[in-house]
Amino acid sequence: MADESYPDGLLYHPEHDWASVEGDTATFGITWFAQEALGEVVFFDPPGVGSTVAANEFYAEVESVKAVSEVVAPLSGEIVEVNVALADAPEAINGDPYGDGWMVRVKLSDPKEADSLLKRDDYQATLS
Amino acid sequence: MTRLDGGSTPQQRERATTIFEKGSPGRRAFVAPALDVPEVGGLIPASMRRAEKPRLPEASEPEIVRHYVNLSKRNFDLDSGFYPLGSCTMKHNPRLHERVAALPGHCRLHPLQHPRRAQGALELMFALQVALGEIAGLPHVSLQPSAGSHGELAGVLLTRAFHEDRGEHRTKVLTPDSAHGTNPATVTMAGYEVVKVALDADGGVDVEDLRAKADEQCACLMLTNPSTLGIFDPNIEEIAAIVHGVGATLYYDGANLNAIMGYSRPGDMGFDIVHFNLHKTFTQPHGGGGPGAGPIAVSERIEPYLPRPQVVCRPPDNGGPPTFDLDVDRPKSIGKLRGFQGNYGVFVRTYAYIRSLGAEGLKDLSEVAVLNANYLLARLREEVGELLPLAFGERCMHEFVLSGAPMKKELGIRTLDLAKRLLDHGMHPPTVYFPLVVEEALLIEPTETETRETLDEFVEAIVAIVREAAKDPDVALNAPYTTPVRRLDEAGAARKPRVRQEL
Repeated sequence: MADESYPDGLLYHPEHDWASVEGDTATFGITWFAQEALGEVVFFDPPGVGSTVAANEFYAEVESVKAVSEVVAPLSGEIVEVNVALADAPEAINGDPYGDGWMVRVKLSDPKEADSLLKRDDYQATLS
Repeated sequence: MTRLDGGSTPQQRERATTIFEKGSPGRRAFVAPALDVPEVGGLIPASMRRAEKPRLPEASEPEIVRHYVNLSKRNFDLDSGFYPLGSCTMKHNPRLHERVAALPGHCRLHPLQHPRRAQGALELMFALQVALGEIAGLPHVSLQPSAGSHGELAGVLLTRAFHEDRGEHRTKVLTPDSAHGTNPATVTMAGYEVVKVALDADGGVDVEDLRAKADEQCACLMLTNPSTLGIFDPNIEEIAAIVHGVGATLYYDGANLNAIMGYSRPGDMGFDIVHFNLHKTFTQPHGGGGPGAGPIAVSERIEPYLPRPQVVCRPPDNGGPPTFDLDVDRPKSIGKLRGFQGNYGVFVRTYAYIRSLGAEGLKDLSEVAVLNANYLLARLREEVGELLPLAFGERCMHEFVLSGAPMKKELGIRTLDLAKRLLDHGMHPPTVYFPLVVEEALLIEPTETETRETLDEFVEAIVAIVREAAKDPDVALNAPYTTPVRRLDEAGAARKPRVRQEL
């Protein structure tokens, strides 16, 4: 597993998700804290490309050796790409949660929603 | 405790084999008598006859016996050691139950026997229905569902039938955050949407959150009381009033009935539907996860929809004894839930338990189950309370949930490591990582049959593991050492399961 980290420049949702926003698209994933709490991930069930996701709603499932958990969308929009590599290598969610462990790319329906997400320091403050 | 890093045990060295890898071609465990009737092979068309002999194991009787006995020795079981998964999963099965279940009238009865020729079995089932109805405080019982989850499905289908019969099409079912995973699964299978209700600071249902979420679209609240946290919800009457106030039904998940039998009844708390886990609360052999029975007890207003056929008692004819029958004339019934009448052997053992303990004995059972859990909790809090604190409240019912979060932080070992190391002490670990609302959860349920000495040994084992980890966490991190297989790669097994072996 990766060492604990919360990269600067990402936006964080209190339900332990991150979003990397570039213009009107964003990449979503789960934070180091989330993957640590889940334990070793064995399966990732992504949404279909073209489906819509709403901020604060579930959009995917991750299954770990402990339990099946739902993943919350930090922002709203339409799924334009899913990380198909996770089908064969879900362990990337543990090993590289901010890199190879990314989950979906989303065309944002309301990029202004990003203002409601947390900056790194504020998110980290919620963890202690 | 010896540390066995360097070596391995004979069981660890020996690969577990299948029966197909034993024996020799042509070997038999029996001698068939000479054929003394004409061969009728010609009756079966050649196209339908097997061309090749089936590939079956060919072994002698001692080989077969030793194979299965040795396989069973690779497992941990309740007959060889403490197994604090509790009535939820494992509970001592009195040997008396096996004696009565093995009586030929019970175990050789054919499921297609005509009811007139199966009066004894039907009478036992009817008497069991009456007893379960009394325990639940709800008069109408169906024995058909064959697992707790099956009972849940029956309960939610009954709820749907109840609402739809009144022309109401509701869409949601509420469950608290501490619910068994089967509850939301059942709700989804029955075509409803799951709505989670938050917990309050004491681990009970957050009544204000419930009030906000209970509306006219809500069909049912599914609740386990005492909850999976081992806490009896003191607000149950208010909860019932809120749920009934919006016209919804209240469903009781009976997984934790072991804590309250004879003391309080779900029907008196306001529940409409209850499922029992006969294979948990009322003992059963548990090899391989079955067979089970998940009967349901329901209130008057739900009765018309019960599965059919129902086991009924017909009044005596011309001064004769009452007779028992299978009633199929139930026009509003949700229908049949399984073939035949359920796992009859489970009914026999359950009835044996209820009748051998009696009403007072069932009360004692719950009392001792709760006392044992509280004794264990008090001792663990005294010894390791700082590292493994109680997740909610001060006391518990028949089970309790500790959090291993401080232990993980202080000693660098997780609940999983503690659980694995317990195996080296000859004890099965308790449930781990459930309920999900508790970080690094450890759910401990000793049940009523364990002695104080056994409970003390468990405490000593936990204390020893924690002390050992304070000196050297690696011991627990690499445990177990003495089991037939060492720590398994659970993630690898789930990611790339090998479920087929070439012979």
